[in-house]
Amino acid sequence: MQIQTTQHDHQIAKLAALAIALHMIEAVIPSPIPGVKPGIANIVTLYVLYQFDFTTAAWVSILRVFASSLLLGQFLSPTFILSLSGALCSLVALGLAATLPKRLFSAVSLSVIAAFAHIAGQLLVVRLWLIPHAGVSYLIPLFAMAALFFGVVNGLIANAILQQTQNGKSSE
Amino acid sequence: MSNLLHRSKAIYQQLRIGDWLIITFSLAIIFLLFQTLWTTERATKVQVRLSDKIYGTYSLNQNRDISIQGVIGTSVISIAQGKVRFSKSPCHNQYCVHQGWLVRAGQAAICLPNQVSLELIGENKPYDSLNY
Repeated sequence: MQIQTTQHDHQIAKLAALAIALHMIEAVIPSPIPGVKPGIANIVTLYVLYQFDFTTAAWVSILRVFASSLLLGQFLSPTFILSLSGALCSLVALGLAATLPKRLFSAVSLSVIAAFAHIAGQLLVVRLWLIPHAGVSYLIPLFAMAALFFGVVNGLIANAILQQTQNGKSSE
Repeated sequence: MSNLLHRSKAIYQQLRIGDWLIITFSLAIIFLLFQTLWTTERATKVQVRLSDKIYGTYSLNQNRDISIQGVIGTSVISIAQGKVRFSKSPCHNQYCVHQGWLVRAGQAAICLPNQVSLELIGENKPYDSLNY
């Protein structure tokens, strides 16, 4: 039996592969604060959201979470559940944020909103399942600060990449 | 150097008014989070609960030991120099005792097996206004 694949499937696979590669690079680099990661793979999600549509972005993001966890040997472990809950929450937020007028909000806004949703989803899982203790709230401000910082940085990178693609298209 | 300046100008121009709004809004939220969750206020009182009832509220200014007859035995809570701890507990895991001395308002220690818990209260409890 052979599964029929479309051109679009191949595109999704290629973009997901790129996101997985970024995720892997990030997994190797040790983080100064445990639990705080830049989330550079989300640049790909943002790029796809702008260049394609929300469904494609969701595919790339979810594929990235599953494939990366398999590669890192974390499939179905708490790390995977955290990664998945973060990705799902930020996708929901991105879906809502994508309706914001493009004239006023660039990828930076979307990136920041997604980063906040990501950390909110993860902290919710941590609080409800992993560490059912009020002490978790102590970490919220730190994580929120990291989310804002990396959200802005990732958004700026996404903006730059999107602008280059636009320039490339117009010069063709 | 001029390249760097040019770059930072380009980054600045990329940001639209909505982005600035979102960034400002986020900064405000982070500031509020720090203010509400990182209270360094020292506690002045300790509220002890036995199962679902308030057993008593004690000032932290007085050094004393409080013995409470819980569900499985006697828990001893010690107050000394503005700090509180579980000094003795009949439970087998001793999580409450290992938590050690508590000082800050909002901190809490719970002994689930014995159903005894203590919560430190500061000068102004955040949700006091609701009780009025």
